[in-house]
Order: sequence, then C-alpha cells, then structure tokens
Amino acid sequence: MTDRVLMKGNEALAEAAIRAGCRHFFGYPITPQTELAAYMSKKMPKIGGTYLQAESEVAAINMVLGAASAGARVLTSSSSPGISLKTEGISYIAGSDLPCLIINVSRGGPGLGGIQPSQSDYWQATRALGHGDFFVLVFAPSTVQELVNMVFTAYDLAEKYRMPAMILSDGLLGQMMEPVSFPEASEVKPSEKPWALTGHQNKRPHNIVNSLYLKPEELEAKVLERFERYRQAEAAEQRYDEYCCDDAEYFITAFGASSRIAKSAVDLARAEGIKAGLIRPITLWPFPKDIIDRRTAQAKGFLSVEMSMGQMVDDVRLVVNGRVPVEFYGRTGGMVPTPQDVAAKLKEMAGGAK
Amino acid sequence: MKNWNFVFAGFGGQGILFTGKVVAYTGLVDNREVSWLPSYGPEMRGGTANCSVCLSDTPIGSPLVLQPDAIVVMNKPSYDKFIGTVQPGGVAVIDSSLVEDRTDRQDITAVYTPATKLAQENGIPKLANLIMLGGLLKATGFTSMESVTAAVEKCVPPSKPELVALNMKAIALGESYVE
Amino acid sequence: MAVVYQKSKMLTDAPLHYCPGCTHGIIHKLVAEVIEELGVEGQTIGVAPVGCAVMAYDYFACDMVEAPHGRAPAVATGIKRVHPQNVVFTYQGDGDLAAIGTAETVHAATRGENITIIFVNNAIYGMTGGQMAPTTMPGQVTQTSPYGRDPHAAGYPVRICEMLSTLDGVAYAERVTVESIPNIRKAKAAIKKAFTAQIEKKGFSIVEVLSTCPTNWGLTPVEALDWLRTNMIPYYPLGVYKDKTAEGVY
Repeated sequence: MTDRVLMKGNEALAEAAIRAGCRHFFGYPITPQTELAAYMSKKMPKIGGTYLQAESEVAAINMVLGAASAGARVLTSSSSPGISLKTEGISYIAGSDLPCLIINVSRGGPGLGGIQPSQSDYWQATRALGHGDFFVLVFAPSTVQELVNMVFTAYDLAEKYRMPAMILSDGLLGQMMEPVSFPEASEVKPSEKPWALTGHQNKRPHNIVNSLYLKPEELEAKVLERFERYRQAEAAEQRYDEYCCDDAEYFITAFGASSRIAKSAVDLARAEGIKAGLIRPITLWPFPKDIIDRRTAQAKGFLSVEMSMGQMVDDVRLVVNGRVPVEFYGRTGGMVPTPQDVAAKLKEMAGGAK
Repeated sequence: MKNWNFVFAGFGGQGILFTGKVVAYTGLVDNREVSWLPSYGPEMRGGTANCSVCLSDTPIGSPLVLQPDAIVVMNKPSYDKFIGTVQPGGVAVIDSSLVEDRTDRQDITAVYTPATKLAQENGIPKLANLIMLGGLLKATGFTSMESVTAAVEKCVPPSKPELVALNMKAIALGESYVE
Repeated sequence: MAVVYQKSKMLTDAPLHYCPGCTHGIIHKLVAEVIEELGVEGQTIGVAPVGCAVMAYDYFACDMVEAPHGRAPAVATGIKRVHPQNVVFTYQGDGDLAAIGTAETVHAATRGENITIIFVNNAIYGMTGGQMAPTTMPGQVTQTSPYGRDPHAAGYPVRICEMLSTLDGVAYAERVTVESIPNIRKAKAAIKKAFTAQIEKKGFSIVEVLSTCPTNWGLTPVEALDWLRTNMIPYYPLGVYKDKTAEGVY
C-alpha cells in the first residue's frame, strides 16, 4: 500500500480504477461526479489510456459495452439522471455477460432533482438498472478508503461472475476528502477472458458477444444459467459491517453516507442507555440478508436510515418478515439527516431513555 | 489528543477550502482520522463557501459538522450563519476587518483578528485565510506548529515551493496577533 | 478442376434469413470478400445493429458483437479504443443509423473515429414490418405513413452522406447501390476503399448502400430494383461525397 494522502472521494475512485488496471474511461459531464472525469482526463493520456468524453450518457455506456466486449477493464461514471440514461446499455451489458464498472455519485431526484447528496437511487441500483431479468453487483462504500478498496473488489467480482458492477456513491462521499492509501498496481491480476473480441487471428472460431436469443427456450436457458451465477454470488458475496451489535436490541440499517450519520447516532443513543447497533450493508446486491436474519433473533426493532423516502427498508422488511417492527427515518432531496434526529427516533422506538 | 470538529466559512476566493485542507493535513501528519467536506453548488465563485473538518482518534461518523468546536468565519453571512452553532466552550475566530459584529455569547471564546487588513499591510493580500489559521491555532492549540508546517508543505503545489515560507509567515502573523 | 468461384471464408455456413430479393445478401458478400481480400479477417471485429441485419453476428466469420439499437458506432468506438490495431466495422440500417443512432453516428464521424460503417439504406424499417424510416421517400406508403409520407407532417428524408461530408473527421463517404452488376462492382470498390482507409488510419469511413425491401415495399424483387432506380437514386445521388483518404483527417 502507498502512503496515506488526503483525497476527494471522486478522485480516489479514479485513481483506484487506474491502479486496478482500467485504461478506458467513457463519460459525460454531470455534477457531482465531475472530479472523477476530470482526474481521468488528466491521467489517462499520460499512461497510454483512453479518456473519451462521449456525446451522451447513452453513447458512453455503449462505448463501455464495446470496450468490455473487447476484454478491457473499463469504467464509466455519472450521477443519477445520467445513470437513468445508461440503463439501456447496462441491460445489454448484463445480457451479454460482460464485466464492467459503473459509478453513480448519486444526487436528489426525480427528474433533474438537485445536486446535493442523496440515496434515492437504491431501488434503481438494486432492481431497475434496465429492462429484463438481471442483477448488477452493487457496492455502497462509506469512506474514501472503502471507495478505493471497492473498486478493486468490484472489478474482480464483475469478472468472476461476468456481470456489471456498480459503486453507489453519493455527493457527500464524492466531494469529501479523507486519508487514503492505494494498493500497488502490481497487486492486480485481471482474469483471463477467452470470450473477448480480439480478432480470432485465424486461430479459433469467431467469438460472438450478444444478448439476442429469438428462441424462447434458448433465452430461458441463458437466463437460468445467469441466475445460477447470481445464486452463487448471493451465497458468497454478501458484505456488511457491524458496529456495537453484540448486545444490541435496536438495529439501525444504513449504507454509504447515511451509515456514518447512523454510527454517530448509535453513540448518542448508547450514551442514553439505549442498546443500539448498526448493520451497514456494503453490498446492496447481494443484500446482506444472512446477518440481518441472524440479528433479528436478538432484535427488538430495526430502523432503516436513508437519504430517501425509504427504499432499502423494503429489503430489511423482507428479511425480518414481520418478526419485529421495522421502522424508517430519512431525509430526501439532498437533505442530510442529523445524528441527533436519528438518535431521537431510536429513543422513541425504545420507549425513551433507559 | 482532543477530537476537533471545525467549520471554515467565507466568500469563494478567500481560500476558505484551502485553509480547511491545511487543517485536515495536520491530522494526516499527526496520524489521526480526518475528514474534509466542502459545501458545493452553483454558487462556487463569489458566493459563500464553507467546509467541515473533523480530526479524531477514532473513525469519523458524520463528516458534516453541525455543532463545531471551533469556527473560522471570514464574512458577515458566515458569521450570522455559524456563530450560534458553536458548542459551549468552543472558539470562534472572526475576521474583524470584514465582520463588524461582536458576539454577545459568553459561553464561547471569540477571537477577533483583522486578517484581511493584516494581510494587506504585510504585503500578503491573498493570505488572510492563513492569518486566520494562525489565530485558530493559538486559540485552540489543536496541533503543533511543526505539524502545521508539514501540512503547508503538502498543500502547496510542488511547482510553487516559495509559497511555503509566505504561508508560514501568514500563520505566524495570526498566531502572534494580540487584540 | 479449377475453382472459378467460391463463397468467401469471411461468411459462415449459417443460412441467411433475409427475404427473397433483399439485397442484404449481396452487401454481406461484398463486405466479406473485401475483408478477405485485404487479408484482415483474423483482425476484424464487427458490430451488428438492431434491424434486419441484427443477426449479422451469425453470418460474418470474424469476432462480432451485437449493439443496442443505433449505438453501433459507440460500441465500435469502445472496441477500437481498446484494440486500435484491429479492423472495426459496423453494419447498420437506416432506422438504426439515421434515426435512433444519429447522435452516435455524427459524433463518431466528427471524432474521426478510425472505423468503417456500412450503411444499408432501404427507405423503410424492415425488421419491424415496414414502418416509415427517416429515409422514407416523400409520398412513400408504409405501415405508419399509410397515406404516403407527407413532409408537412413527417418532414423530409435525411441524406446521411451529404450531412457527414461536412465533418472534418470524415475521411471517406460514398453512396453506392447494388441494383445492377456495374453498380455492385462499384459498391465493392467503395467498400474496399473504406476498409483500406481504416487500415491506413486515415479516419472515419462510411459507405451508404441504397438497398431494396421488396417485402415491405410490396413489390417483386425486379420491380423493387426499378423502384430504387426511379425514386431513390434521384433523391440520394450516387457518388463520392468526401475523400480525404490520401491525406487522412489528422
């Protein structure tokens, strides 16, 4: 690992991608992810890579499709409205079993929304990144260092399961600076890609990268095969972090920026004698069901804290399945909840201070 | 070491975000946990700018500072916005050449440093922000002068090493200023 | 016995699905022969469109990817940036290239992206059953212009080669057709010139091929060829619209 330096989340993501072997970036300007693209435009020409500012998000994601089909570790980044435009391409990439990395530095919506941090793209990221039966690996880091680490993990797992990966960041993590150190580039080993389009050099049958199967039985078989990989990923890749959970009775679930606020809220609640804990999903897909299921046995209640009107709370409820109450606290539109407000909600759930 | 939550605020162009960055870098030098979070938006130039900086010995939760231990304010709108948010027992460093108000809060330490005027008088008109940092350092002792020097060396662009001495001169001015 | 003719090795043995009388088959053959004659089939990567040629990946014996509707030039850009030494081409129809994919086409062209586009213009959406295309002729009856294309309501057909020829990134733009033996020969020469320009890194190259759609035009194959001559060629004149293949665009 390199020495610790202070870096903005957006720039750290870009540097991490380069160190993870990414040499092709296709993007389109949008706030609050611009530092990422700017960093790429500065670095890529100096290391023989490609920075290409596309004519639209639609074109950018299709350039990603092309570069991924050609076997490259490729990146595009955007923010919420831009991700909506990319969903066409993401569906095709998933349907073509291609690995790639998409970063969403999300902001408030719907529509043009705002440019302040938001987490209201949870449903989109975990359910609706395009039409059809498919999932995308979704990572939700909560520190700049974790943003960096997740880039490497995301590429590795995307290649392992041959599916697109998304890092769901937000304006807060993107704009903030924290100390960060990077793995050395030599530690990276991209996987073999015998399916990649490289020109067959008259030495092998021609490779076809495709998402079209006109015979329904073929398409069904293809989707079933893909869902078997999803099942494996769900079994092996649920990632989460816990804070003060061993003796906890009231569990906050929160990801990304709101998990940091939730962590401060746990401290405040504990100071008032409430046995609060935090389960922080690091992967949003696969959702860390197992730990939430396990903790439900000791829980008196769950509180999902999000910068949205409540989206991840649905997944928590699916796991808890009515065994204990699952409540929600959130702010939306770019508003950031305060630890005090979250702690007050915990206190209300616990029936006052202990 | 004590944990510190700071807010730095002023007009865009005063070097507010840079000041916060130097403070954040002292945390890196001191091997602490650090976060620096700017306000951002379409009013980046000429409007108000502020940033939250946290220094801690444990991982930092919310990086958004709502109840700062200390503030550095370099204009009237920032003074109005943040003076009431300072924790009791906290510190407010105010550029008194740009803010005429005197706070009536008795539970905080208010330091009035005419940084913009001092900067002009000393031939470093663009470094009022670091005079303010000197004032903050004196009022809080949040780190050592050695760490500040090391932080400035990290923040100054490698192409302009001559700025280190000028920045340190400004910080010393602020630290030695007596009302 | 001497072999006087054989199918190009650049074509697979998969039977083409195109309708009787459709000229896609001829155009596939020309593209395949050119790539083989240039000796680059092992280095070539093709991009199939959405439309009648969607299954081109089954017919061309080089590495192939199937792109979303209209996005083939963007997909080709991604491939070319990863493998600049390979030959990258797209094969697109007029709905794909001149409607939904206009932005991708124009911007790949203006970037001087060193790729080749084979643009098959038959003035109609074929795969979806004969709807009005951006290239449908004024007065032409289609499923979605049942009273004939009325320019007052539906605007005018778009001339792609003319439009692209104004862009500095375009090294070569020519419009050809395949409605007669002499024109098939000219078409092949144009396609060869386009691929050669790419191999020599001269910039963006496009060959527009006026083509027929007897099924959706409601004509016999022979009538369709006549209709093309009478109606399309006057509106879409054949010829070279841009040729910077000697000096290149950069």
